[in-house]
This record gives sequence, C-alpha cells and structure tokens, in this order.
Amino acid sequence: MDCNCIEPPPGDELLTKYQYISDFFIALAYFSIPLELIYFVKKSAVFPYRWVLVQFGAFIVLCGATHLINLWTFTVHSKTVAVVMTTAKVLTAVVSCATALLLVHIIPDLLSVKTRELFLKNKAAELDREMGLIRTQEETGRHVRMLTHEIRSTLDRHTILKTTLVELGRTLALEECALWMPTRTGLELQLSYTLRQQNPVGYTVPIHLPVINQVFSTNRAVKISPNCPVARLRPQAGKYMPGEVVAVRVPLLNLSNFQIYDWPGVSSSYALMVLMLPSGSARQWHLYELELVEVVADQVAVALSHAAILEESMRARDQLLEQNGALDRARREAETAIHARNDFLSVMNHEMRTPMHAVIALSSLLQETELTPEQRLMVETILKSSNLLVTLINDVLDLSRLEDGSLQLDAATFNLHSVFKEVVNLIKPVASVKKLSLTLHLAPDLPVYAIGDEKRLMQTILNVVGNAVKFSKEGGVSIIAFVAKVESFRDARIPDFIPVLNDNQFYLRVQVKDSGSGINPQDIPTLFTKFAQTQSPTARNSGGNGLGLAICKRFVNLMEGHIWIDSEGIGKGCTATFIVKLGLPDRSNESKAPFVHKILGNHGPTNFAGLKVLFLDDNGVSRTVTKGVLVHLGCDVTTASSSEECLRVVSHEHKVIFMDVCSGIEGYDLVERIHQKFTKRQDRPLIVALTGNTNKVTKETCVRVGMDGLILKPVSVDKMRGVLSELLEHRVLFETI
Amino acid sequence: MEVGQIQRQWVDCMKSLFIEVSTLLPTIKTLEGFLDAQFLQLKQLQDETNPEFVVEVVSLFFEDSERLLADLTNALDQKAIDFKKVDAHVHQLKGSSSSIGAQRVKNACIAFRSFCEEQNVDACLRCLQQVKQEYFLVKTKLETLLGLEQQIVGAGGSIPMMELSL
Repeated sequence: MDCNCIEPPPGDELLTKYQYISDFFIALAYFSIPLELIYFVKKSAVFPYRWVLVQFGAFIVLCGATHLINLWTFTVHSKTVAVVMTTAKVLTAVVSCATALLLVHIIPDLLSVKTRELFLKNKAAELDREMGLIRTQEETGRHVRMLTHEIRSTLDRHTILKTTLVELGRTLALEECALWMPTRTGLELQLSYTLRQQNPVGYTVPIHLPVINQVFSTNRAVKISPNCPVARLRPQAGKYMPGEVVAVRVPLLNLSNFQIYDWPGVSSSYALMVLMLPSGSARQWHLYELELVEVVADQVAVALSHAAILEESMRARDQLLEQNGALDRARREAETAIHARNDFLSVMNHEMRTPMHAVIALSSLLQETELTPEQRLMVETILKSSNLLVTLINDVLDLSRLEDGSLQLDAATFNLHSVFKEVVNLIKPVASVKKLSLTLHLAPDLPVYAIGDEKRLMQTILNVVGNAVKFSKEGGVSIIAFVAKVESFRDARIPDFIPVLNDNQFYLRVQVKDSGSGINPQDIPTLFTKFAQTQSPTARNSGGNGLGLAICKRFVNLMEGHIWIDSEGIGKGCTATFIVKLGLPDRSNESKAPFVHKILGNHGPTNFAGLKVLFLDDNGVSRTVTKGVLVHLGCDVTTASSSEECLRVVSHEHKVIFMDVCSGIEGYDLVERIHQKFTKRQDRPLIVALTGNTNKVTKETCVRVGMDGLILKPVSVDKMRGVLSELLEHRVLFETI
Repeated sequence: MEVGQIQRQWVDCMKSLFIEVSTLLPTIKTLEGFLDAQFLQLKQLQDETNPEFVVEVVSLFFEDSERLLADLTNALDQKAIDFKKVDAHVHQLKGSSSSIGAQRVKNACIAFRSFCEEQNVDACLRCLQQVKQEYFLVKTKLETLLGLEQQIVGAGGSIPMMELSL
C-alpha cells in the first residue's frame, strides 16, 4: 500500500522529536483538562452550563485524540492509522466548530453574570451604610427615651434638671453641660446647674444679649460661639480648640400661663441649656444630636411643668385639708350648741311651766278670797306678772320651734268671720278702758269659712291689734279685712313676693290702722327682729317683750304671706298690714268627709222634734248621758242595753241608730242583722257608731260592715246637733280620725 | 244662811272640783281637776224640761260605780283571777266615769286596764285601791256640790254661771 505521507527530510529528526514530544504533551493536557473540568463541575452544583462543558470536553478530547494519533504519523504508518486520523480530525473539526458557534451564545451571558455580581456588591455596601445610620438613629432614640424616662421619673424640680444634664452629658459624651435659669427679676440669667463643676458660681448674665435672644427666638438647637459669655464656663484648657457649643431654650411654664392648646408657644420665660463638645476632639454636632437635644429640652419643659402643677396641687390640697379641719370643728361646735340649746329649751319648757301654773292657779284662787284692798292689789300684780311670764315662755318656745322649722301649721276649716269677731271681743274691754274706738270692717266678698290654722291666725291678728291698741293713747283702731287681688301684689313694699294660687286658695289681707304715737321710719326694719326694742323713749317701751311681732312674722311666713308696718312718722299713727294664704273649703269635698267641727253656732234644724232615734250602749251612765243629749235636742229616744234588745225594739220608724262599739265585735254583727231585717234601703235606719277609739282599724271595720257613720266620743250637745243635721242631709257621716 | 254665802261656797266647791293642786311638793304634779268639761256639758243639758237631769245622772253614776267596784274587788279576790272579766268591769267603769266627766277616775281606770293586759296582780290591786280612792273623793265633792245647789235653790237664789278659763 502506498502511503501518502511524505517522509520528512532525514535531517529533521530533532525537530521531529520535539514535535513528537510537544504533541504528546498537548495530548496529555488535552486529556487532562476535561478530567479537571469534569471533576470541578461535579464539585459545583450550580454551574448552569454543563452542556457547554460537555461540548467543550468533547472538543478537547477530540483535539487531544488528534494530536495523539498524530504521534503515529511521524513514522510510516498504515492506512488504518490514516483513516483513524482522518476520522478524528473530522470529528474534531465538527465539534470545535459547534463549540465555537455555541460560545457565541454563552460568552455574553457569562459576562453579564459578572456585572450582576458587581451590582449586588455595590448594593450590599450601600445597605451596610444605611444599616449603620439606622442603628445610630436607634441608639439616639434609645438615649432619648432613657433620658426622658430618667427625667420624668421624678417630680422634683432639681432632680429633673440635674438628671437631664447628667444623662445628656453621658449620651452625647459632652465635656460640659450647663443650665441657666432666669432670675426673679427676669432680667438676668443665672447659672444654676452644671455637669462637671459641683458648685455653680452663681454667675449671672444679662438676658438681653443678642446670642441669647437668638436662641430664645427659635425652638431649635442653635450653634453658638464658644466665646460667648454663656459658654465660657471652664478655664481655658490651653492649647486645644474648644469644642463646638450648642444652646437650646427650655420653656418654663408657670401655672398662670399654662394653656393646653397653645403650649408651648406662649411661655413667658425660658431657661438656657448650653452643651459643649469636648475640646480638641474635632467632633462636630451631628443633625441627629441636635434633634436629640431639642427633644430633651421639650421633655424637660414638660417635666418641669408637671412638677409645678404637682407642687401647686399639693399646696391646694394642704390648704383644703386645713380648711376641712376648721369647718369640721366649727360644725361640731355648732351641733353641740344646738344640742345644748334644745336640751335647755325642753328643760325650760317643763320645769318652768309647771311652777308657773301653780302660781297662776293659786293667785287666781287667792283673788276669790277675802282680801284687803292692799292685798288684792298685790295679788293682781302677781297674777299679771305671772301671766306675762307665761306668755313670754310660750313665745320663746314657739319662736324656737318656728326657727327650727319644727312648727307645722294646722289646717282645718274654721269660721273666719268669727275669728275677727272674737278678737274684737277680746280687745274691746282694753280699748274701752283707754277710750279708744275699735272698728271692724269685713269685706263682703270675704269667705265665711276658710281652711288654715285658726289658732295661729287669731294669735297674729290679736298681736297686731293688741299692739295697735297698746300704743295708742287716743283716737281709735280700725281693722279692715278683705280678699287681696293678685294685682295688688305689685307693691313695692313686698319685693320677691310671687303669689301662687290655685283654685281653692285665696289671700287674706288685713289692715290695722291706729292713731297712736307712730314709729320713726328708720326703726321699722328692726320691729320684726326678735328682742329688739326701739331706742326711742316715747314709743313702745310700755312692756312687751319684743317677741310678739317676730313670732307674727314667722307665722305669716309659714302661711306663705307677708307682713309689714307703715308709719308716716312720730305722732302720725301707723298701719300694720299682713297678707296670708288661706284655703277655701271646697263644696264638693264636704259630702265625702264632712268635718263635724265646722258646724258651729246654730246651723240647720236645731230641733229634731220627734226624730226617732235608737241608742245602744251597755253602760248605764253613758246611756243616760247620751239620752239626755238627744232628748235636749228634741229627739224621741229609745235606749237598748244589748243587741237582742236592740233588734227587738228597732222598727222602720227609727231614723238613726247610735251604737256604742267600745264593747267589741257584737256591734258589728248587729249591723249585719239589721241590714237583713230591713231589706229596702229607704226603710232602713242609719247606723252610726260611737267610739272612743281613735285608730284607723275601727273606722275601717265600721265602713266594711256597712255602717253609715262614725263619730268620736265625747259628744257634746253642739256636736250631736251637727251630727244629726249632717246625717239627715247626707245620710252618711264619717268623722275624720 | 245667806244666799250669797252659800253661793260663794258653791263657787269654791266648783272651783275645787275643777282645779286641784294635789301637793305642793318639789316636783309639782299636774293640775288635774276632779271633773272635766264633760260635766259642764251635762249641766247644759239640764233645763226646764229636764230639771233633775244632773242629779239623776250623778246618782246613776254612784250606783253603777259602787256595783262595779264591788264586782272588781270580788273578781280580784279569787284564786284564779279572770282578767278578762276584770277588764270588762274596768272598761265599764271607764265608760261611766268619762260620760260624767270624772276624769281622775277615768285616768285611773286607764292605768288599771293596762295592768290587766299585763296580768300583773299586784299592780291591779294597787290600781283598784287608787280607783276606789278617786271615786270616793269625787263622790264626796259631788255630794257636797249637789247639797249646796239644793240649799241655794231652796233659799230662793239661783245657781251662778261658772266661767272656766285658765
């Protein structure tokens, strides 16, 4: 076989040898590279280009193979070798072209991986920086919180300020920290607290320095020169440059200018806080440090204001405690006084009245005996004086009860006209002795009956009229009584008097005019004050205890009225007027529960001639007495002493049966039986119970068993008269118990 | 005897019936007359149609009371005292005495009744004594009064009007 290979020239054996060796090594390298690649690819898990590596590996292997096979072509070689060589070369060519093509794709990718990596690294560096910043800020925040906590943990002013300085100094690593407070005058700033120097020198600096004004005008921390007066606090440290100084204002709040909505803008005074960085440290004030300082200054202001408020409230509380104590003591004293007075009065009441009554009784008895004119005069004087004394005692007692508010007016229907008449009757003798005329004029529209406290009303009228008579030496006294119209109340003399009336009430106005010695208009206000006697000797000192008018006034007030006295002057007489509120007896009320008391005088039929009445009582004496009363009134009386007798005797002619129910239940039983006996209503006699029991149970039982009436013993002639007329008119009569 | 004198005696007697000071001891007892206003009511009932009314009632009162007092003494003498019966008697006596206006007798009866309720034998006996005492006192006075009245009327005078005011 021919070999196409060209035999190298015989001199090139050296060259051939070197080629041979180089080829060998190339092949070796070419074979080992893929091995290494495979090894490292296997090691790395993330390498995304395995496929490329495989290709690359194949390419290298084939190249190696080519070069290896080349080793055999240096000598004469057979065709097989040539074929293999050719195959290898062809394959290598194919693979390498493929690889070259593929590389076009992957190299840009590989490059971009690189750039991404760079980018990420930069980002990481940036984040690191920011982290550093945040951490610093957080530190600052922590410091602020801690500072605030320290500052606010106390409410004592000094501690607050001292703590502030200490903590600030620590946090910011300051060389010096100082607080300047305004003096009392407000014209200077005084060095009050420093961090390092233990005893502030008491330095003062005028407040109106431009640098200070600059700091005060803003709520931010301001950098100031280290040479200004407020910053020159320590001895010059020599060669080092003084560190930067920052000053900030601290608003001081007084209670007077603490306005919630405007805080802290309207503070009237500030303190100055000066902070100095260590000298020679070349440190600068960072923004966050300035912010820290501002925040702290605000917190200090708040803390100080709280401290101020607390001080104030503690002071107020102490004051209140004191006052409370004093009030308590006063109250106890007052109570003791009241108790003592009440005890005194109750003792007075009993102990004084009893002997007085004895004196009066015996003197009046003495009067009736045989006496010489001299003795008679003495006894009369004794009697008069003791009567006065009793009146005084009663008045004092009444007055104290009136003042206590424990006096309550009675409310009953009474005859108004007769009250006046009685007063006139009582006063007439006295008046006629003094030759005074006494006239009474009752208005035609004055109701005859009224509801009120008869006794006290009479007392009042009596007192007023009595006074009129007492202080008149000549002339007369006139009494006028009428119903006051509401319009007449717009009288200047009675301010604050708002008449309130409902339909069954009216105002009674009484005017008592006398022609006596009159009163000085200046004395009028004191008339109604108890125990006050006017000073003028001519008038009003002829006896009298000064209590009468005071009591009248109180009664009138209780009756929701008003009393006053007018006088034109000394010698011109005076007019006493009072208005009181009284009730009107309602026509419709009467039929429900008629008041038996109201029938005074001779009303209605006085002669119940022939009225057949049956009276049941088991007590002989009572029977006789009541029978006597009924007979006196003209009735035809049958008496019975037991229920059986009653039932036997009763007939439809009897109009009324009076039953004494003191004896118990048989009475009620009897009512049943009488009801059964007389089925028709108009035939049935009225059954009225007579009892001495004043309890409601009795009344209720009577109503329940069907009685037509109930009256209380004792029954006088007048009362019986009234009862009978009521019964005949209304057919029912339940006396109020 | 002169009418005026008898009349004065009558006045005294009336007064003493109404105003009596028991004893002027350091602690003065209440002024309690033997009779109260009820008696005056009775007097009012006496008129031409009923001239002897007061005498009748008073006599009736004496009879009734004496009977009741005897019954009471009896009842309280028993070994087993029936307080209900005693109470009933006292109630009657109270009724009579208040009808005539003998207020001290009535008050004594009231006290008696409360002790009856308590069934206090000793107290009841004491009360009975007191009631008897009061009754005899008022009886004496009333008898005197009525006697004087008869004398006055017999001598041709008229019985004075008595105004009570204290």
